[in-house]
Amino acid sequence: MSEEMTAVRKIVRDQTLSFKQKEHALAVQAENMLPYPLLDAETRAALDARIICDMYEGHAPYKPRYVLPDYAVVLSKGSAYLELPVPTTLDEAINTLMIAYHHVPSVTGMPVFIGHLDALLLPFCDGVSDDELYRKIKLFWRYLDRVLPDAFMHANIGPTDNRVARTILKVDAELKQIAPNLTFLYDPEVSGEDILRLCTDNIIACSKPHIANHPVHAATFDARGYAIVSCYNALPLCGGASTLTRINLKKVAEASADEADFLNVQLPRYVALNARLTRARVDYLHKQSGFFQSSFLVEEGWIERERFTAMFGIFAMAEAVNHLQAMAGKAGRYGHDSEANALGARISALLADLVAREPMDNVWRGAAMLHSQAGISSDAGVTPGVRIPYGEEPDPVSHVRALLPHHQHYASGVSEILTLDETVRGNPEAVFQLAKGALAMGFREFTANVAGNDLVRVTGFMIRLSDVKLYNEAKGSRTNTTSLGAEAAEVVGILGRKPRVVGLELAVGAVG
Amino acid sequence: MADGDARGAAEARGALTAQVSKILTWSVVDGPGNRFVLFLQGCTYRCLACHNPHTIGQCDHCGACVATCPSGALSLRDGRVVHDPAPCTSCDTCLRTCPINANPMVQTMTVADVLARIRTAQAFLTGITVSGGEATMQLRFVSALFAALKTSGDLRHLSCMIDSNGHLGPRGWASVLPFTDGVLLDIKAFDPDRHRRLTGRSNERSIASARLLAAAGKLSELRLLMIPGETDLDAEIDALTRLVLDLSPETRIRLNAFQHHGVRGEAREWAKMERDGVERAAERLRAAGVKHVAVPTVWLP
Repeated sequence: MSEEMTAVRKIVRDQTLSFKQKEHALAVQAENMLPYPLLDAETRAALDARIICDMYEGHAPYKPRYVLPDYAVVLSKGSAYLELPVPTTLDEAINTLMIAYHHVPSVTGMPVFIGHLDALLLPFCDGVSDDELYRKIKLFWRYLDRVLPDAFMHANIGPTDNRVARTILKVDAELKQIAPNLTFLYDPEVSGEDILRLCTDNIIACSKPHIANHPVHAATFDARGYAIVSCYNALPLCGGASTLTRINLKKVAEASADEADFLNVQLPRYVALNARLTRARVDYLHKQSGFFQSSFLVEEGWIERERFTAMFGIFAMAEAVNHLQAMAGKAGRYGHDSEANALGARISALLADLVAREPMDNVWRGAAMLHSQAGISSDAGVTPGVRIPYGEEPDPVSHVRALLPHHQHYASGVSEILTLDETVRGNPEAVFQLAKGALAMGFREFTANVAGNDLVRVTGFMIRLSDVKLYNEAKGSRTNTTSLGAEAAEVVGILGRKPRVVGLELAVGAVG
Repeated sequence: MADGDARGAAEARGALTAQVSKILTWSVVDGPGNRFVLFLQGCTYRCLACHNPHTIGQCDHCGACVATCPSGALSLRDGRVVHDPAPCTSCDTCLRTCPINANPMVQTMTVADVLARIRTAQAFLTGITVSGGEATMQLRFVSALFAALKTSGDLRHLSCMIDSNGHLGPRGWASVLPFTDGVLLDIKAFDPDRHRRLTGRSNERSIASARLLAAAGKLSELRLLMIPGETDLDAEIDALTRLVLDLSPETRIRLNAFQHHGVRGEAREWAKMERDGVERAAERLRAAGVKHVAVPTVWLP
């Protein structure tokens, strides 16, 4: 039997996957029987060596990696394709959204973005009592977790302090579900400290929400807006990202003779090769797959083809810097030594500059967006994005200060997690102060895990530690992301660390 | 006093120095919110149960640590032990070597040095706490630092707190309290003999400090370290209860549990304080009318 058939049979017979999960895995397998989009030999070699990486998205991109529909369209106009009238009540609005989600593709097959829920639902809340709102949101939340059980699915709330946002925070802390993931868009001028405090209290309860620096993100995008989706990717609303490719900075450093060679020769070279890989994938999606030509989402204006960017990821910054330091005979380590940290910041600035100089067709604003990428669950011996390696993290304040210079350069987001010792439960004000400080200093996003929570982040997505335990006992898991977490836990040993924060993100073929 | 005079006085105080054992820019257990914590070297007590015994003594430059330092970070120059932070790997061998519970890594810092360090972390801070050792042994520095904070334009919003054993007398408190927002006060034991045995000192001044601070509205928290067979006894808890009810039932109480980490000498042989006993004591206090009793958030396995 061919290798491909063996792989297919292995999926079919797997007893830990649900039939839905099998369908998805089989689809990935079938897609990969097709030839890869045409690459030149140099790019192909870099991809085969995994110095550059396509996230194992598949050989024939037939849907964008991330789709961020403007759900206000279906709520204000209804949908001819879905035969949906314009909703007039809160029940109708929620029902319309629940239907809409099933028609939004992504690399996982489940929507990675489910809307700025407070802004979408507030117009339907006049005359709805607080108790009714609470009960409806609670049912909605249960539906999302049970029917679309993927922690990459992301809801946004804020920047205003409003009753829908507050109800969502209340329900989220109460249910402690994996899905949906949640981001509060914080604007100190608009949000106020009360709701920021609610958010940091929720972080102590369930490690959610993630808090995005709204003024910083808003300035990166345009009037049409943006959203935070999946693993803290900031992308244009009414658009998304066609693809995500990434560079393994550790491997680039290992291919370099010294720091100068890395900065002047090798890094520009691999940025150029990764750009070629990106162009090939974007080109296939836009010109050959027929997605934008046939999707009703485009026809009805939920998304616009011109608003799809390409994400240009990097990872293993820590290992790259430490390798360059070692080659120069310097002991200072990334995250702790000011010279090493300054080198890291220089690399990020150079990356932003190089990526901006790579023109891209069929990409929003004509260039890819730099992203500090969270890793995939099969990565070993490397640290996600620009993070400080597991177990070497300094205290949270030093941690934020060490990474701050990077944040300005990563227009499509920085996947970062601060791990907080459990003692912080006795002093929630400290988490509030930390978040406020980090955001005031210019951190793009504030994400924290409190050790001891059953619910923890495997980088961007959430898993339950108890689920990982069950999965490892071969009982399978209802949620897609648990299997990724379990793989990450085994490959990288991430659950063994004292603060039980896990840091690798993505399974082969899944989301970033 | 005119503003200019106040600033001039504050600058003169800037020349004062402190012996600093350690600095944290993230602490969630030394007062409300995130605290910048300045650990000052030296203590008035010699607690058997001390979990930071290397903060007790003052270096006498005997040089014993120079010989055992594995990274060459310590040297003797002109009869003084000198610490070079660059090669230091923070292995703490010197702390284990020191025969008098001192610390050769102590830094000498001016008020201006400390302010500069606070400014680097300012956005993340709720306030600053001076701890130790016994912070009030370097009272002039603490007063100068707090006065400088309270008269600065950019740091005056930070709350200033002192973690103390209360051995300081009324005149000392009078000098520092005008710049101090609150004191976290440890009473090591209520039975006078027990206190003397556990700390080497009498507890009269400590209990007097509790009354003085409460009267001044500056007693932020009263703490008792519970040690099995010593300060977990009903008699101790009841004495604490009487004091608290006398001060105010609203006084915030924190019960801490004796553990082994950091502890040296005979106290390592003592039993650790278990959760049950702490919870029982907390209940006993609450039942007697004490309103705010906190117990440890985390229990080590």
